[in-house]
Amino acid sequence: MSKTERMHNSLHNLRIRDKQVWGNGKKYRRRRRAFLFFLLPSLAGVALFVLLPFFDVVKRSFQTAVTGEFTGIKNYGVIFQNQAFLLAVKNTARFTVVCIPLLVFAGLLVALTLSNFHNASLIKSVYLFPLAMPTATIVLVWKMVFYRQGFLNLFLTKIGELTGLWGNVTTDYLGTGASFWVLVASYLWKNTGYTVVLWLAGILAIPSEFIEAAKVDGAGRWKCIRYIILPNLKGSFYTIVILSFLNSFKIYREAYLVAGSYPQEDIYLLQHLFNNWFVNLEFDKMAAAAVCVGVVLFVAIMALQRIWDKAD
Amino acid sequence: MPRFRKEIYGIIKKYIAAGALLVPAVLICLPVFLILTGSVMDSLEMKQYLLPVFSDTEGYIRWKLIPDYPTFEHYGRLLFMTPSFFVLFWNSVKMVLCILAGQLLVGVPAAWAFAAYSVRGSRALFALYVVLMLLPFQVTMLSSYLVLDRLALMNTHAAIILPAVFSTLPIFLTYGGFRAIPPQLFEAARIDGASEVRIFLTMGIPLGKSGLLSAMVLGFLEYWNLMEQPLAFLEDKALWPLSLYLPEISWLQAGFALCASFVTLIPAAFVFVLGQDYLEQGIVYSGLKE
Repeated sequence: MSKTERMHNSLHNLRIRDKQVWGNGKKYRRRRRAFLFFLLPSLAGVALFVLLPFFDVVKRSFQTAVTGEFTGIKNYGVIFQNQAFLLAVKNTARFTVVCIPLLVFAGLLVALTLSNFHNASLIKSVYLFPLAMPTATIVLVWKMVFYRQGFLNLFLTKIGELTGLWGNVTTDYLGTGASFWVLVASYLWKNTGYTVVLWLAGILAIPSEFIEAAKVDGAGRWKCIRYIILPNLKGSFYTIVILSFLNSFKIYREAYLVAGSYPQEDIYLLQHLFNNWFVNLEFDKMAAAAVCVGVVLFVAIMALQRIWDKAD
Repeated sequence: MPRFRKEIYGIIKKYIAAGALLVPAVLICLPVFLILTGSVMDSLEMKQYLLPVFSDTEGYIRWKLIPDYPTFEHYGRLLFMTPSFFVLFWNSVKMVLCILAGQLLVGVPAAWAFAAYSVRGSRALFALYVVLMLLPFQVTMLSSYLVLDRLALMNTHAAIILPAVFSTLPIFLTYGGFRAIPPQLFEAARIDGASEVRIFLTMGIPLGKSGLLSAMVLGFLEYWNLMEQPLAFLEDKALWPLSLYLPEISWLQAGFALCASFVTLIPAAFVFVLGQDYLEQGIVYSGLKE
């Protein structure tokens, strides 16, 4: 067989396969037309507001901010030497690494307990309510709680008085490294609710016959969880990790409102840095950093999706 | 006998579990009580309680769950003597409603396109939409700014509304609702000669409305809490949404600030209570695998 003939053959095979997958020509064309008709407004907007400008950002990451001269990878070199960038990356990574396991685990604990009750909707609403509370309304409360003379220290001092173990507690939570944990606490406060909802949905989707059968075979509660429930929750697990990750970026709202643009250095996040660069019009650094963060996130999301696909 | 004992244990365990769940639940509610009581507390009384905070002396903040001198002075001041509050309140309302309306017009058909038609490349496009949905605002901030600047939209409400209208998150949520409809229904309608638009309007939307509503509820809560975008794209404070106004009130007016917080909370709480089922549904859809 000659080369062109072979090519022709394989093309022909492809076409046959396409017809099997996508249906016959006329039907397929009708479907494609409808698809485009419904999608086009959104696609045009997404292209105009997100995709095209992102190419511009990539281009700018190789240019100087003011004159637009081509500088190669100099901007990338600059940000990786920039103290503020390194600090922000470190803090953001630390926050993510601490928070997400905590949140995932706390949610699972609550969901497992809740799954025992027949009617848990009230407790579920209570856990979910912080999601509805605008950040701005809660900031004053956070200040009142975590101030040096605030409610938390009052509470701890009272416990110290009762047990006689310690005296007055006057930790300053907002001005020291403890501010990191304040952020962690407010992240958990806000996000535990939807994690619980997701875990519960996963648990309730497990056919009850599985658990009944295990119980008949003599498995206790713990064994049911370990061998039936947890292995069936893999799909929920990846979803929860991705959504928690997505929402972990929104902690900037709390951090900004409680401590402003230049907070205590343990909670100086990438979000602060981007904002400050934006205010100072340092678009060259911003572009390079946006490309870096975008690529890292893209790879992370793709990797998680790969694992996810493999899981089922 | 052992069986009886086992039952008792079961009941006790259940109560302990309920108790263990209740403690965090109370903690979660505490801020709401603080806001509510603080908003009806007399200024002088509040000042007394917060004195250690202002003067930096020894001692701790104090509070009363029922104020000694309950008053509606803050509400009166906020609702009748603070016109700027109303300006920002309506800014927020306008932005949220425009964004949600835009998402309905643009996002819902897009979700339908992904859910009802599989064509070459549609899966790849959908994956792209998912990635865009997951990118935080900071990564796309510069891109948005470049476009908005070129379209001369900076420092207008359109700078907040337009990019949000094309957000891909509501598409994903609505998609979950549409996917839950058995596709055989549409096939039957097609055989009966219904056009694609008609199938979408008379079958898709009514049957997939739970996904659509959950996108709206989640969207309302998200955009009522909008902060990053107006902070970056709106210079004129008269254009700001309510969520940026509250932090501007100083500590010295804590009662007033708590009152403003409470009023801001009301629409969100209202939507939460009305739409809680859809909210949960939406959270579950957001976790749906395609």
